[in-house]
Amino acid sequence: MSLLAIQSDALGYGDQRVLGPVSLDIRAGEHLILLGKSGCGKSTLLNHIYSENRSECALIPQGLGLVECLSVFHNVYMGRLPRYTVLHNIRNLIRPAQARVAEVQPLLERLGLADKCFSLVADLSGGQQQRVAVARALFQDAPVLLADEPVSALDGPEADRVMSLLGQNFSTAVITLHDVDRALRYGQRIIAIQNGELVLDQPSGRLTASALNEFY
Amino acid sequence: MNSIKPLPLPRYRWPGGVRTGVWFLLVALFCLPFADLDVSSLDPWREIGRMLQGVISPQLMDPALVIEALLATLAFAFAGVALAVICGFLLALMFQNLIVRAVCALIRSIHELFWALIFLQFFGLHPLTGLLAIAVPYCGIFARMYAEIFDQVETQPEKALPVGSGFLSALLYTRLPQAWPHLVSYTSYRLECGIRSSAILGFVGLPTLGYYLESSFSQGYYSEVAGLMILFYLLIATKKLWLRRWTLPLFLLGSPFFMGSGMPIIWGNVGRFFSQDIIPSPLRSDDASLRSLADWVGTIVMDQALPGVWNTLLLSQIALVVTGLFALLFFPLINRYCFGTVGRLPGHIFLVIARSTPEYLLAYILLQLLGPSMLPAVIALAIHNGALIGYLTGRNSNEIQLRPDAPERRTDRYFYELLPRSYPAFLSFMLYRWEVIMRETAILGILGIQTIGFFVDSAIQEIRFDVALLLILIAAMMNILVDLLARRIQLHP
Repeated sequence: MSLLAIQSDALGYGDQRVLGPVSLDIRAGEHLILLGKSGCGKSTLLNHIYSENRSECALIPQGLGLVECLSVFHNVYMGRLPRYTVLHNIRNLIRPAQARVAEVQPLLERLGLADKCFSLVADLSGGQQQRVAVARALFQDAPVLLADEPVSALDGPEADRVMSLLGQNFSTAVITLHDVDRALRYGQRIIAIQNGELVLDQPSGRLTASALNEFY
Repeated sequence: MNSIKPLPLPRYRWPGGVRTGVWFLLVALFCLPFADLDVSSLDPWREIGRMLQGVISPQLMDPALVIEALLATLAFAFAGVALAVICGFLLALMFQNLIVRAVCALIRSIHELFWALIFLQFFGLHPLTGLLAIAVPYCGIFARMYAEIFDQVETQPEKALPVGSGFLSALLYTRLPQAWPHLVSYTSYRLECGIRSSAILGFVGLPTLGYYLESSFSQGYYSEVAGLMILFYLLIATKKLWLRRWTLPLFLLGSPFFMGSGMPIIWGNVGRFFSQDIIPSPLRSDDASLRSLADWVGTIVMDQALPGVWNTLLLSQIALVVTGLFALLFFPLINRYCFGTVGRLPGHIFLVIARSTPEYLLAYILLQLLGPSMLPAVIALAIHNGALIGYLTGRNSNEIQLRPDAPERRTDRYFYELLPRSYPAFLSFMLYRWEVIMRETAILGILGIQTIGFFVDSAIQEIRFDVALLLILIAAMMNILVDLLARRIQLHP
């Protein structure tokens, strides 16, 4: 069953074409990995998918999009702003609601941020900030995850832990990566992009690391 | 079954900047019961109605007179600011010197209207009074801001110069070119302030816009007031059109010819002012003693300075917080994530008008409508400064890049993205503005609110310049203290 159908003409910024015409079906329950060099158009494709399907997707953008002068808790809570009334949101900004903190805290514990709940994001390291963005996406609890290099600032074991956490919590996901081994480990379907074209679209079972390395 | 007892939930503490804001709010709330905020005029609505009628039917008085007033306003502004730029620049170069710093702090902490009142006593209604009233305080302001700009410039190029390059060459080749754009943009902003100051100087008798505004207003010719104000807004709004690189020398060279001739200076008055008038009265008599001087100071402090300082503090702390609230309310009006290009237009127009209207003028108008209390002063200060800080914060907030999945509801977006991201800049604008608000509050006393300016004005009317000068110095000390405090809070919020 196709969950998201992406049909688009060429994508780009202004006059600059980044990605050629794309036609892509994303099936429910599928973990899809986008591979390619930096600047090949992965992020452009991901942002396009997001702008067409906002209501079903949780997004981890490349720049993370955290509000650095707010606490970790408030940044994670932002994943559920639309679920609550504006009044509740304002109240929770001034005085965090106990029930919401109790919901966010276990998530932070699983991401190794247990003691950072009320730290300001500005005071965290790059890797910690990335995990806050991951927590925000998990907290949003949307059916589809769109993640742009979600583990780029994390070391090996930490990155694997976060990847499997994302895999368990989202039945459907589109994730861009640049690590071929990790792509094979976590993806069921792999798409490679080269010079603005989709050049490969295969189940990961049929691929090997050496075959994929030629796209780098 | 999971038998591990969950850890207690952590406790949330507001970040430093928020705590600073809440402290200011609490202080203002504490001040509230002591402040006189009544509406004392009998029928404010009738007068407001008449004024609105004037606004919708603006009228120009004698065009020749109006043009003369506008030109005089510009002339005092340009000449005063130009003189201040030259002196301020030179002083900025020696700003490491403690005495220079102290002198600059003192002269900029005295409001231009106080300077005008001082110069009026010995130069009389001569153009020099208006010129110096602007040039002296602005010189202190320029010296400090220019020095700050020079401090922020890269020092690498200067260090890389060969030994013996000389102070002036080093300045011209390294520091000045780097600082230039910032110097120009700050000076241009200050010129706008100078035009406002110049207009206000009319209230003490110089032939600028304020003079005609006051006379039309006091006679109830609201249509004329509206006409003059509209001209004034147009003048400021079109600044970019008439102020060009090639028109600037024209304005500077022309300005001495449009200040009016005023009255000739009586040099005997100048001598008497320094040798007698400002000498504390107990020292002027033959049996002068330290004791009589101490008594004199004590009486003035108890009867005039303390009530004046207390009222100035009350009013300025309340006005500061209302200013902050207004600014936070106003800035989304011009934010691109809150309104479209067309939707932002009314906000822009409102903010331009509100920040171009000098608080002194606003307070003057509101006092006529609401009667003498602190209420009109608070509203006037908050509208002008709130619009200014709202504009600066709004401009700042437009540089924010929101992520694609930013909150969709406008209120959520304001409270969770725009407000927290803009708050640090907002707070630093507010801390900068604190001293300005305090200075303006003091001066509003001239309009009859019992801040320190009220006692200064009374002393001058009783021809007791010694008392007036002492009170002005006390007001200056207050501003310097607030300025120091604001910078401390800025560094350690």
